[in-house]
Formats: sequence, C-alpha cells, structure tokens
Amino acid sequence: MLGLNKNDMRLLLIVAAMVALAPIILNPFPESSAMAQFNAGYPDLMQRFVIFGIFAIGFNILFGLTGYLSFGHAAFLGAGSYAGMWMLKLLSINVIPAIIFSTFIAGLISLAIGWISLRRSGIYFSILTLAFAQMAFSLAASVLTPITGGETGLQTNLNDPRVLPSFLGGGASDGGNIPKPSLFGMEMTASFKLPVAGWEWTFNWGYYVCGVIMLVAFYVAIRVFRSPFGLMLRAVKSNQQRMSYTGLNTRPYMLACFVISGMYAGLAGGLMAAMDPQVGAERMQWTASGEVVLMTILGGIGTLIGPVLGAGLIKYFENIFSKINSSLLHEWFAFLPDGLEDFIVAIIYPFIGKGWHLTLGLMFMAVIIFLPGGLVELGQRIARRFGKGRTANATGETKPAE
Amino acid sequence: MGILEVKGVNKRFGGLQALGDVNLSVAENSVHAIIGPNGAGKSTLLNCLVGKLIPDTGSVMFDGQSVLGRSPHEINQMGISRVFQTPEIFGDLSVMENMMIPCFAKRDGSFEMKAFSPTLGEKDIVEHAEEVLVDMNMADKRNMNAASLSRGDKRRLEIGMCLAQNPRLLLLDEPTAGMARADTNNTIDLLKQIKDERDITIAIIEHDMHVVFSLAERITVLAQGTPLVEETPENIKGHPKVREAYLGEAQV
Ligand SMILES: Nc1ncnc2c1ncn2[C@@H]1O[C@H](COP(=O)(O)OP(=O)(O)OP(=O)(O)O)[C@@H](O)[C@H]1O
Ligand SMILES: [Mg+2]
Repeated sequence: MLGLNKNDMRLLLIVAAMVALAPIILNPFPESSAMAQFNAGYPDLMQRFVIFGIFAIGFNILFGLTGYLSFGHAAFLGAGSYAGMWMLKLLSINVIPAIIFSTFIAGLISLAIGWISLRRSGIYFSILTLAFAQMAFSLAASVLTPITGGETGLQTNLNDPRVLPSFLGGGASDGGNIPKPSLFGMEMTASFKLPVAGWEWTFNWGYYVCGVIMLVAFYVAIRVFRSPFGLMLRAVKSNQQRMSYTGLNTRPYMLACFVISGMYAGLAGGLMAAMDPQVGAERMQWTASGEVVLMTILGGIGTLIGPVLGAGLIKYFENIFSKINSSLLHEWFAFLPDGLEDFIVAIIYPFIGKGWHLTLGLMFMAVIIFLPGGLVELGQRIARRFGKGRTANATGETKPAE
Repeated sequence: MGILEVKGVNKRFGGLQALGDVNLSVAENSVHAIIGPNGAGKSTLLNCLVGKLIPDTGSVMFDGQSVLGRSPHEINQMGISRVFQTPEIFGDLSVMENMMIPCFAKRDGSFEMKAFSPTLGEKDIVEHAEEVLVDMNMADKRNMNAASLSRGDKRRLEIGMCLAQNPRLLLLDEPTAGMARADTNNTIDLLKQIKDERDITIAIIEHDMHVVFSLAERITVLAQGTPLVEETPENIKGHPKVREAYLGEAQV
C-alpha cells in the first residue's frame, strides 16, 4: 500500500497511531498525582516533539544514508524560521505559505552551502558546514538586521501588511489584536480539553497540523530510503571509490541529498515559526546543530524511526527532567531518616534540574559504547529476548521494525 | 590501431620512476596479459587508464578518444570497467544491492534522480542483477552482507559487477588472487565464455601463469616501469629477457 512493503507500512501505521494518540499516551499520570509533572502531553511540548522529529528525520537522510556529518543544520532551521516569519508578516497569517516558503528558502541556502562544503568529505566537510552555520548566525545577529531583526529577532506585529484578502489569512489586525497563526481560520493555539476521570487530555490543533506534516515527512523519508537514489546514497557511504569506477557521479547525488535534508530542516523551522510566531538568531547557533546530531545518534543512525525517538527523548529531558528540583526530591525521599534523605538527595541532585545535560551526556556515552544502534537497537535486543522466550510457543516472527 | 593505445606514458612518484615511456596497444576483442615482478608498475599503469592517476607525459586513447583529464565515472561510462587488486565492493550492502548498482549505472548513466520509486520495483534491473549473480554462481549469497564474503567471493562479486556493465574494455588486476583453485578455474571458464559471447576486450594483470596462458593472446612483460617484450604466449616461454626480469622466480 502507498508503494510501501508490509513492514514499512506497519511502521508508518504505528507512528501514525502514536502521533494521533500522543495527547493520551504522553499523559499517563492523573492530574492530581505527584507524578503529574512527568506528563508530557501538553501542546507546546508535543509540537516540539514532532517538529524536532521532522528536523531529525531530514538530518538522518544525510547522515544516516551517506555518513556525511553536517554540523550546520541549524542554519537551515533558522533560515526556515525567518522565511516563515516573513510570510506571516507580509502575506498571510495562514501557515501554509509560511511553511512552503521556509522549505524553499532552506533548499536554496543548502544548495549554496552544499555546493561548497561537498568539495570535501569527512571531518573537513563537517568543519565547513559548521563554519557556514556560524557565519549565518553572526550575519543574522548583526549585518542582516533589516531582514532578521538582529538581536531582538522577528515577531508578528499590528503594523505588518499581510496583503492577502482576509479569508486567506490577510489583514494586519484581528479585532485590535495581533492575529495568531492559523490554518484557514483555525488558530494553531486552539485546543480542546477532555477530562476523563482523573486525567485531562488536551487535543491541540497546532500539534495535529505538525503531526500530519511529520507523518508526510516520515513517509517521504521511507520512500527515499527504499529508492534507487537511497541505494546510491548508501553506496556513497560504503565505498565512494567503487562508485566512481562504476560510472556514477557522486557529487550530484550528495548535493541532492544535502538539499533534501536542508529542506526538512527548513520545514521544521517554518513550523516553529508557525506555532510560536517569533524567531531570534540563537536558533541558528551551533548548539542547535549539535542537538540534532545527538538526537539521531541516540535514536539510531540510519534507521527510519530512530531520529524521531531520539528527538522525543531529548526534548522530554530538556522540558520535563529539567523541572525536578531539590525540594521535590526531598518530598520524594521524605520517608527516609533525615541524614539518609539528605545524602541521597545530595547524590541525585547534580543529575536533575539544570543538571539534565549531565544525565543526557552520560546516557549518550552509554549509547555510543553499548548500543551503537541507539534506541532502535535497544528495541531490537528486547524484541529478540522476547522472541527467544516465545519460540517455545512456536511464534516465529520477531523481526523488529526499523 | 588497437581499441586501447598507450603512448609514451611516464609517471614518477617523487624520485621513483614508476612508469618509463610505456607504449602499449591492445587489439579489439583480444585478451592481453600484462605480467611482471612485484613493483613493476602494472597497477600504476591501470591507474593511468581509469583516471585514478594522471600520467606526467604521454597519451592514453580509448577507441580514438583521449581518457586523460576525464574523471573516473566518465571513463567508466565510455566503456571501461576495472577490477582492483584489493577488492573494491560495497561492503555495507548486500550482494544483490552490490550487483544492482552497476546495472543502474549502465542503464541510467552517471546520475539519475529516482528518489520516490521503490528500488525493487525496477524489474529489469533486478532481473539483470539476478542473471549475473547466477552466472557468477553466487545467487545463493544474494542477501549476504558483501563484507562478510570470503576474499575469493568478494573478487568474483567485483568481476560480476564489472561484467554486469557489459564493458567494451575490462581491466582485471590480479582477478584470481586469493581464490581457491576451483574458483580460479571457474573464473577462467567464465572469462573464456564471456569473450566468446560478447564483443569485449580484456587486459589482465596476473601472477598466476596458468591463468595467463589459459586466456591471453598477447603478453606484455613489464619490468621497472618499462615494457620489455610483447609476444604471443608460445613465444614468451623461455624468452631470455623474461627470465631476466623474473630473475629467481621459477614460474616462467
Ligand atoms: N600512489 C603512489 N605513491 C607512491 N608510490 C607509489 C604509488 N603507487 C605505486 N607506487 C610505487 O610504484 C611502484 C609500482 O607500483 P605498482 O603497484 O604499480 O606495482 P605492481 O606492478 O602492480 O606490483 P604488484 O605485482 O605488487 O601489484 C612501486 O614501487 C610502488 O611502491
Ligand atoms: Mg599491482
């Protein structure tokens, strides 16, 4: 179906179900329970999950297939956000033109950066992309102020033109307020809250727009992975020399791949602007480039679902894990004798709250050393364990989805 | 006029004269062997033919066109395929995928953007690759990772990948090194069969004289970067200059 084989189709359906049910799945703890703060099912965060999922899927098309490690993808993310913001300011508050233009602009910029960076491979390629991204960051913060808003960045305003007719999202103000990004009148912030017993689930329109776009992006990535083009990219990673002597020109393959990957980043940047209409130069900083590398490696390089899982994990840590503070720890361990309580809290404290980076770093090291295939490999190993137990019951099929 | 004409080719590596005034003419649809002791410059000569190295002086013409200044993929698209001394295959890919890549290169040229259609939907490519695998006696290994093949199988895979392109000129750099006797004989038979069935010219570097005398119609002896003699197999045995080049090596 949809040109996918059975396993890929199943994977796509599983991801689709997860995206659809995320507001429920991510809120496993009742509102009143002490664990409620570990719920991740609120709109902002869920939007970030899928948007960074798109970013990582695209990054993985480059890194996972060809092995070329770009340290400059934040430039495309940022460029996408700026481009999207300008559409929201000049044309229409409708998010469609914004994300189309973001993707397009990021494509153009990645064409230029890729054209030059791809003259080198390995570490030199990485350094070139990093240099370009830092250049873009500095330009955005200084020289390009008329376009980027410099230090203050860009946001939607009451005096923006938004020239399209109002039924297409035009118009400077919405009854005296700055209009909010919308899809044909449905605002991205619109939410529907559903209380069920002790739980409360929030179904947010913006999240579902992002979710559907991520599913399309994921589907396209599967098709690319399974295509002759994808095969050639894996051949580049495996043996460039053999490729050239087999009559294949690696340059255009690499450039096309780089541009596709950059367009994914631009799309993600555009969606960020569409969900929260403001952008500053820090979105282009190298830390953002590094983050997507971590996501991909944590999830599983070169796997289909890995980058999405990695993106989810890191965003969860950043937003939830980081909120645990020492008074909360004391609350949890209050049942212990005082001295022991203080001792345990003192030991755990460096790893939580602001220390979440430390935990993430340790996790990252553990993955690199013990699980080079990332979360996907973890899943496969667990599935194999279960498979072994089950073979006694003659259930043969344990092949894990990628 | 041969299909391959090498004239006055020189190549230096620093102080080392790897090739000194090499002239070589390979007749169309013939099998031409290049033999010589280790370090004679045989591989270096092939490198100059496929665009891996550029000679310091001299010319290399293939079918009346110069190959110098062209990139390796362009030279391959002209109809020259090469098997390397150490097998060059796609180790991370399956045997079948290895075989499909040259089929794509042959059918679609050096670049074709097919990013949305499934690879396995390309029926003619799959069939073609499958056929060559059967010819190479490797069909049962089609799903194996190429890196996990034995050295001899890697080499046979690489030969198959070159044959899949149906090249006009096939360059083989010690194609049977590392192969078991039986596989060597199979490879000889396969090459003989290919030569009978197709319009193909083969230039082969080989230390195994059994292979050389089974296949070659002409033999060039290279020593210290310079061709010593070019002869038919009958006349090369016992040739004094050849003995001289192989001083101490008893094979010839
Ligand atoms: N890229 C290079 N840089 C420097 N020296 C080289 C290079 N390639 C080959 N040589 C030297 O040139 C000489 C010829 O090497 P070549 O590989 O062509 O020999 P060969 O005839 O193929 O030998 P063998 O039978 O061992 O394969 C050797 O002395 C080798 O060390
Ligand atoms: Mg050699």
